[in-house]
Amino acid sequence: MRPDLSVVADLVPTGSRVLDLGCGDGALLDELIRFRGCSGQGVEVSPDAFYACLGRGIPVVAADIDQGLPDFADQSFDVVVLSQTLQAVRRPALVVREMMRVASTAIVSFSNYGHFRMRLGLARGRMPRSRLFPETWYDTPTIHPCTLSDFERFLVAEGVRPEQRVLINSRGFRANGLRDRRPNLLASGAAYVLRGVPPVAQ
Amino acid sequence: MSAPASVGRVETRTARLFTRDAPLVLESGARLGPVDVAYETYGELDADRGNAVFICHALTGDAHAAGFHDEASRPGWWDNLIGPGKPVDTSRLYVVCANLLGGCRGTTGPSSTDPATGEAYGLRFPLFTVGDLVQVHRALLRHLGVERLLAAVGGSLGGMQVLQWALDHPDEIDAAVVVCATARLSPQNIAFSAVAREAIMRDPEFRGGDYLAAGVRPDRGLAVARMMAHITYLSEEGMRSRFGRRIQDAETPRFGFDVDFQVESYLQHQGESFLRRFDANSYLYLTRVMDYFDPFADPAALAAKLDAVRTNFLVISFDTDWRFDTSHSRDIVRMLAAHRTPVSFREISSPHGHDSFLLVIPEYHDTVRAFMDRVYRAREATT
Repeated sequence: MRPDLSVVADLVPTGSRVLDLGCGDGALLDELIRFRGCSGQGVEVSPDAFYACLGRGIPVVAADIDQGLPDFADQSFDVVVLSQTLQAVRRPALVVREMMRVASTAIVSFSNYGHFRMRLGLARGRMPRSRLFPETWYDTPTIHPCTLSDFERFLVAEGVRPEQRVLINSRGFRANGLRDRRPNLLASGAAYVLRGVPPVAQ
Repeated sequence: MSAPASVGRVETRTARLFTRDAPLVLESGARLGPVDVAYETYGELDADRGNAVFICHALTGDAHAAGFHDEASRPGWWDNLIGPGKPVDTSRLYVVCANLLGGCRGTTGPSSTDPATGEAYGLRFPLFTVGDLVQVHRALLRHLGVERLLAAVGGSLGGMQVLQWALDHPDEIDAAVVVCATARLSPQNIAFSAVAREAIMRDPEFRGGDYLAAGVRPDRGLAVARMMAHITYLSEEGMRSRFGRRIQDAETPRFGFDVDFQVESYLQHQGESFLRRFDANSYLYLTRVMDYFDPFADPAALAAKLDAVRTNFLVISFDTDWRFDTSHSRDIVRMLAAHRTPVSFREISSPHGHDSFLLVIPEYHDTVRAFMDRVYRAREATT
């Protein structure tokens, strides 16, 4: 499994009921179901990835998460995961709102566009590319790149509380050390554990 | 000669599953006996009896799902899906398909003889439920020595049976394939069925359902019912590309009330050919069983049931189906997922409306194939 998926998997409590948005070939769910006592469900828009999930026995709904999550009832999961997909969706706010609707806990992981290598790239006057953003500007699925700071401000605006943040290094592993002081400059990415703020009683 | 990748020559067999002394007890409490069931099987049952798949047919289907009958040029109704190397692969699965209770293709129904009167049952045949259809399927499986299913597969009314089966007997079915089905007919669905039944019952030859005793048949009503239903099985887009406004056997319109447009000729043919293979009373009963189907009606009872269901579901809909549009399938998916039942779902793009489930649509067959392949391999892994 990709190391950044292991970081996410470690944030999912054993035995959870998990919804994985943009689940790809189902590798994360496979790990969670087979080794961590979870049950779960994927959502995937790519036909090839859909077949891959069926092939490994991962329940999967073929859907575009930009259309919301109409197939899933309120609070019907313990944990909803959006792993390396946030920056590829057209409507991140809608997606995060829908996540907080279907589960009490959300895990969002993404690569940090504010990493110093990206900043240096842009300083040279070209759209930056890196191990985490390898595509050219005209060929990238990343249509909503953001930095860790951007995302945290976005969460405040959305009324969502980040309960935990795990920094990720350029190889996708859990990062440590210096990055903790200047994460927006030094971390290659992060996984956030989010909790919805309960609606205030009228 | 049979086509490549066909199960080859097959025949429909009949089993007496219930008798007057040991009748079928319906959900309503009514008793029915004898009950004969027409069925076909394809492939070989493994020594451990663990490779059985049941095919549930739709409103007007029958037991002949695959292969060829003697002398027949056309194969069974789901031959493109069932056979060696096909999505439901008979080289490794044992496949059973049976004509429904209340049908007219070899299984006991309203045109069968009522032992109490010596005449055809007609409308004295008891009303039954989708659960009752499932009871009869299960009795057939016991007769064949099969205790649990690797999968149940069905489209439309067939999918409704699969859903009911998994809800009522979750420990008997590993996997369920539910194609363009519904958990609840909409008022519009019921309205179409109601008009079809009216066409039959208002035919002067209907005779209160006792037309067989009178030596007549409500053919006009039944043909109209079929013509109208057939419109709901196609799509606007499909009809437009298939018929357009073309005139049958001519370049210019004849201007009159006889069949002129190609679409009229097609419907007429559908209506006429249906008469050769279908009984009007069976049409009434089998449409009515769909109207009353509502397995999600009682949320509390459903929750108790669904929490026990670990059957793996595959739900499929087609984007131009307006008989049971995608929202029907999504309702099923939402309910299953909300109760932790493993469910996969895909809406397939096809111009052919509800009828798509009977056609070769690559994305559709690839999806069923991938799912069924996994179901088979998972079973291998545990044996």
